[in-house]
Amino acid sequence: MYKYDQYDQAIVDARVDEFRDQVRRRMAGEITEDQFKPLRLMNGLYLQLHAYMLRVAIPYGTLDSRQMHMLAHIARKYDRDYGHFTTRQNIQYNWIKLEDAGDILADLATVEMHAIQTSGNCIRNISSDQYAGAAADEVADPRPWAELLRQWSTFHPEFSYLPRKFKIAVIASDEDRAAMRLHDIGIQLVERDGKLGAAFYVGGGMGRTPMVAPLIKDFVPIEDFLSYAEACLRVYNRYGRRDNIYKARIKILIHELGADEYRRQVEQEFAHVKSLGIDPPAAELERITAFFAPPAFEAGAADTVDRSDPDFAVWLDQNVKAHKQPGYAIVNISLKPVGGIPGDASSAQIDVMADLAEQYSFDELRVTHAQNIVLPHVAKRDLYAVWQKLVEADLASPNLDLISDIIACPGLDYCSLANARSIPVAQKIAQRFSDLDRQRTLGELKLKISGCINACGHHHAGHIGILGVDRKGTENYQLLLGGSGAEDTSLGKITGPGFDEDGVVDAIERVTDKYLELREGGERFLDTYRRVGFDPFKEAIYG
Amino acid sequence: MKLLTGNDLASGAVTWWTGDGWSLHVEDAVDVDEHGDAILAVEEAARRVNAPYIIDAVGTPEGPRPAHIKDRVRALGPTVRPDLTLKPADPDAGNWVI
Amino acid sequence: MGELRFRDDEALEQPAVTLDAFLDQSNATAVRLEPDEDARLLIPHLDRLALVEIAFPKFRDGRGYSSARILREAGYKGELRAQGDVLVDQLREMRRCGFDSFAPEKPLDPAVVKTTLDRYDQVYQRAADAAVPVWKLRHG
Repeated sequence: MYKYDQYDQAIVDARVDEFRDQVRRRMAGEITEDQFKPLRLMNGLYLQLHAYMLRVAIPYGTLDSRQMHMLAHIARKYDRDYGHFTTRQNIQYNWIKLEDAGDILADLATVEMHAIQTSGNCIRNISSDQYAGAAADEVADPRPWAELLRQWSTFHPEFSYLPRKFKIAVIASDEDRAAMRLHDIGIQLVERDGKLGAAFYVGGGMGRTPMVAPLIKDFVPIEDFLSYAEACLRVYNRYGRRDNIYKARIKILIHELGADEYRRQVEQEFAHVKSLGIDPPAAELERITAFFAPPAFEAGAADTVDRSDPDFAVWLDQNVKAHKQPGYAIVNISLKPVGGIPGDASSAQIDVMADLAEQYSFDELRVTHAQNIVLPHVAKRDLYAVWQKLVEADLASPNLDLISDIIACPGLDYCSLANARSIPVAQKIAQRFSDLDRQRTLGELKLKISGCINACGHHHAGHIGILGVDRKGTENYQLLLGGSGAEDTSLGKITGPGFDEDGVVDAIERVTDKYLELREGGERFLDTYRRVGFDPFKEAIYG
Repeated sequence: MKLLTGNDLASGAVTWWTGDGWSLHVEDAVDVDEHGDAILAVEEAARRVNAPYIIDAVGTPEGPRPAHIKDRVRALGPTVRPDLTLKPADPDAGNWVI
Repeated sequence: MGELRFRDDEALEQPAVTLDAFLDQSNATAVRLEPDEDARLLIPHLDRLALVEIAFPKFRDGRGYSSARILREAGYKGELRAQGDVLVDQLREMRRCGFDSFAPEKPLDPAVVKTTLDRYDQVYQRAADAAVPVWKLRHG
């Protein structure tokens, strides 16, 4: 894992001091809320329905046990004893007091954490593959490149007041576990002639106008990496629309210019920017890469697991994934118990996960965009012990990628932008399908719920998506089918008129019944949908 | 009726205008008729409230009921965490929101 | 503090003309750029420019940051002024983009200006100022 040196620490410490001063000036009336708002947002502090909400950055979703314990400490000391893990691999707290914000940041800084640029019209937390460093299919660990981007984008002087927010994801596998092409910039590390480089996909996103990012450049070598990113951003900062907030994302610019014209402008800017000396020397990537060296795996660790406990075997099959190191496995901890709140964890649970990471996973944890937690490097001989401890902490739901592993935004229960509640819908769906055998019969089925058109719950990318809307003052839910946030990225299609809360649960059941009737061989729901098309499902829903 | 609502600047807590101050309880809110903007301007400038706005509500025997679901959620708390609402002892409090 | 200047030379008295006017008349030495105007149009004329004033009608509109850097990258050495809705918490980024004078609409508190500009000792990236990025400090 990356460790701060004195420079990184000095920057984060200065940020604590700066934000304390900004809060002081706001409390003293020296600045108005209108002036303070962009400042607090650039530090992840929102004013939500019930209180201030603080979003803490977890760069590329990686953290160690000390940091995880700190997240539990913040929940206990400054919030109401829980936190919410988000689709951008961050954590947010719902009940923060403005007067505590400086102390919270100071506590976070002691473990090399911060809330810098977790909101605002700037470059946000860099996201990545939750299996980085453990996945057998990666060409390299993507996180050193993500860390380079983190440093480059932190307080970037030119890009602090972009037309709109800007999200970057970096992956290094053909299998996409980070919804890469649904980001403002999606980067895939690729190998060419024995050398690593970055493929740039630019202009994807969800929100009210979902788009899949086109490929802008197939190979950017490391020595040009930051210059190329700078050129992409400069074209956007200069020409992205500022007349209409709903058209201000880079996807609209690229849609209006066309990918070819955007690419031409970026190449022209790059030719200029490249002369400025903004790319660090190769030694900097090497320095960062050394922090991500594989942990000291035990050679010849036992590769077999005793499956005699049937409940354990179910969890093993559903939540544990292959590791590139023989004798090791990747453990997914589901934060989606039936009836629970997707992504929420109590401080006690956060502490349990931290302890497990320290004891069994070389002190590392990951947060996934599906709002779960990963222990990336667990020896197979320890899996049973890990599972037992997860069971005790109510963290062993064996439902990864099943219909109850729902992504849901906080919705109208917490969020001031929401039009409808998301969490109660997620809970009702999970309860309807609570029978695990039934879920497993349905197989991989990614269900994603957003409480408004901003799509924080990724409804466009759900195999089944739900969008909550406000219909004359009552909550109404539209259903979408056929989206994917994986390497086969696609955008879901709205089925037709919306439903009330119970109605949408019934509609989903009609969809899954239809799927079971139509599926052939080992098809997933998405495969069947793509083969037979939209109409059979529409007919099943509306008759 | 018209109510004034906002958040406490320091704590962020949801507050309601009572005629001479701000309360955490929507039951204490008073009808401000057409005086909302004038009160808001004074109260916001004095930093006794943050991000205030005027809402429609209807009077009921139990007190004012905000017209929009968003403000009813604000008045109670998250419906999915009854323990964290202003009425943790009332399991049916969430029904008031819907 | 109505005006804030980080230059040793005398301030220019001549008013800044619009970009169109500047490109039309050869004798002006001060020009004002609106957010949507292309700073690169000035590049052929940098040697006769003493002041470029970049307008910030709204503090949220960040196009002027790119305009400033583009001019500095092209070798412009004259005064580069940010005028308009310029807030104290933006001064550091603006300085890094090459601005060396400020004409904020609302006066800034000099004490806060000083604290703000002195707060950070380190920067992560190269920009239009002389600050040395930390990767350079790490590797020489």
